[in-house]
Amino acid sequence: MAQQLFAYIGHKNGVADDSAMELVTAAGKIYPDASVTAVITGSGAELDSVSNAVAASYPEVWKFDNAALAYPNGEVLRNFLVNSIPAGAIILFAHDTLGMDLAPGLSIKLDSAFVPDAVDIEGVEGNDLKVIRQEYSGMASTHVRCDISNGVVITCRPGSFQPDESKSAAGQIVDKSAEVGDLSAKRRFLEVVAAEVGDVDITKADVLVSVGRGIEDEENIEIAEELAQTIGAVVSCSRPIVDAKWLEKSRQVGTSGQTVKPKVYLALGISGSFQHLGGLKGSPFIVAVNKNPKAPIFQVADVGVVQDLLEFVPALTEKIKEG
Amino acid sequence: MEILVCVKRVPDTAENEIEVRSDGTDIERDDLVYSVNEWDNYAVEEAIQICDKVGGSVTIVTVGDEESEEVVRREMAMGADKGVLLSDDAFIGSDGKGLAAILKAEIQKSSYDLVLTGALADDGASQVGGMLAAILDWPYASVVNYIEVLDDTKIKVSREIEGGNQEMNEIELPCVLSIQTGINEPRYVGIRGIRKVASIEIPVHGAADLGISRDSVGTAGAIVKRVDYFVPELGEGAEILEGSLDEIAEKLIELLKAKGGIK
Repeated sequence: MAQQLFAYIGHKNGVADDSAMELVTAAGKIYPDASVTAVITGSGAELDSVSNAVAASYPEVWKFDNAALAYPNGEVLRNFLVNSIPAGAIILFAHDTLGMDLAPGLSIKLDSAFVPDAVDIEGVEGNDLKVIRQEYSGMASTHVRCDISNGVVITCRPGSFQPDESKSAAGQIVDKSAEVGDLSAKRRFLEVVAAEVGDVDITKADVLVSVGRGIEDEENIEIAEELAQTIGAVVSCSRPIVDAKWLEKSRQVGTSGQTVKPKVYLALGISGSFQHLGGLKGSPFIVAVNKNPKAPIFQVADVGVVQDLLEFVPALTEKIKEG
Repeated sequence: MEILVCVKRVPDTAENEIEVRSDGTDIERDDLVYSVNEWDNYAVEEAIQICDKVGGSVTIVTVGDEESEEVVRREMAMGADKGVLLSDDAFIGSDGKGLAAILKAEIQKSSYDLVLTGALADDGASQVGGMLAAILDWPYASVVNYIEVLDDTKIKVSREIEGGNQEMNEIELPCVLSIQTGINEPRYVGIRGIRKVASIEIPVHGAADLGISRDSVGTAGAIVKRVDYFVPELGEGAEILEGSLDEIAEKLIELLKAKGGIK
C-alpha cells in the first residue's frame, strides 16, 4: 500500500517558495496517484495567504498557526514534526538552508531513511525508493536505493523538479493549530540580520563578468575588471572568491548571495555548483571559460571556451580594445 | 571548552578531474589527489580560535581507513591537541546514519561541550552533523558562519541563510554545529607544522572499542545504498568554441556583440 506523503512548504512574506510546486512533481514521481498533503507552519495572515495559494496545488493542506512558529526555527520545527507526522510517512523538503537544518535529524527521530539533495526520483520498486543524486560538485551522478518501509525524509534540490503549475487540486485546508504541542527547543531564534549592501548592485547589471576559483590569485581579479570595463559590464563572483575576501559579499552570485538576472553572463573559472546557478535567473546568455572540460558549468552554458582564463581573458580584452 | 571536530579525507576536486569508472562501481581513484574536505579546515580553525579565547582543547576525529590518518595529522598540525581515527572493516559502506552512530559512540567516551563538522563534503549530503545531534539528543545548527561564546552553558551562532542573510540564534551546550566556509581564514600548515606532529600517536578505535555491533553499521546496516556512479546524459550543453586562442576570441566577440554583451 502506498504510504502517506507530505510536503513541507517554506514561505516568506506570505508567498510560498518556488519549491512548493516542485515538491508536487517530486511526490508524483514517488507514487503517481498519491494524494500529497502540504504541511504549512507560521502565524496570522501570512500563513493564511500561503495556505490558500498552496491549496490550488495540493489536495489537502495542514495549517499549523502559532506565534512560536512565525519564524521557521529548524530545532522547533523538527520537534514539532516528530509529533505531527504519522509514523512510516514519506516527507519531502526543499534542500535549502531550512531543509538542511531540520531534515537529517528528523529522519533519526522518526527512525526513517534519509535521502539528501535528490535531483530526480525514479520511483518505488518493492520496498525500495530509487533516487538520483550528485556527488563531487556535480561531476558524478549516482543511483541511490533506500528501503522506505519505515518511511523516508527526502530533501529535493531546488530547481531540479519541473514545477507543477496545473493548480487543479482545489485542496481542503485543515486547521490543525489545536494539535500544536510542545514547541520548546534548546535553540532560540534571535533575529535575521540582512546582508550588507555593497558599492555596486550586481542585481541591476545587464552584463556580468563573474569570477570563480579559476582566477587563482587575488591579483588576477584585475583581468576580470579590465574585461568588464572594456565591455561595460560589472564584476561579480562565486563563493570561494568571497570566502578568500578578494571581493565583497555583495558581489556574490548564488543562493547564499545575490540573485541576478543579467542578459549576458560570463562565467570565468566558475565550476557551476547548483548553489551558484541557483542565483542566476531569467535565462541569460551564458559564456563559460574553464580549463576543465568536465566542469558542470558547460552543461548550462550556451557557449563554452575550454582554455585557461588567465591566458584567454587578457587576449579577449585586447582584441575587443583593438575593435 | 572541549571541542571535537569531525573531518573527512576526500578527493580534491580542485586538483582532479573526477571520472566515473566504465563499470560504474566507483570513480577512477588511481591518480587522485586527496586532501581534507575544505569545509573541515574552517571548522578546525574555528575550534582552535575558540579555545585560544576561552581555553580548552581541540580533538580531531575521522572515520576512514588507515590513509585517513594523514588528514587527522594535517589538522592537528593546525594546532589541535589530540586526534583519533575510527577505523574498522565493519565501518565500510556506512550510510549517514551509520557514520553518526560511529561518531556518537566515540563522543560518549569523553565529555565534549561542542562538536563541529563541515557543512558539506564530497558526497554533497550535508547530513552527518544533523543526524549526530539527533542521536545524541543535542541541539544543532547548520551552515554556521559566526560563533560567540556567551558563557559555559550557551553560545550565540549565526546561520548563513538564503540571500546572504544571517540568522542569529542562541544555542545551549553541548551542541553540534556544521560550519560554513568563510567563517574565518584557516591558517596555513607548512612542512614544519606537519613535522611537529609527525611522531604523535593517533589512537585507532574499531567497532569493539566503541561497543558497536558490527552489523548495525557499514554496508550491513545501511538503509541508504549507492547503487552505482554514472555520467548523466546531458542536454545539448554548451557549444564549445574551437580553434586557436585568436580564433576563439574572434568568434566569442561576434557572439557577445549579437547578444548585447559588448556595449
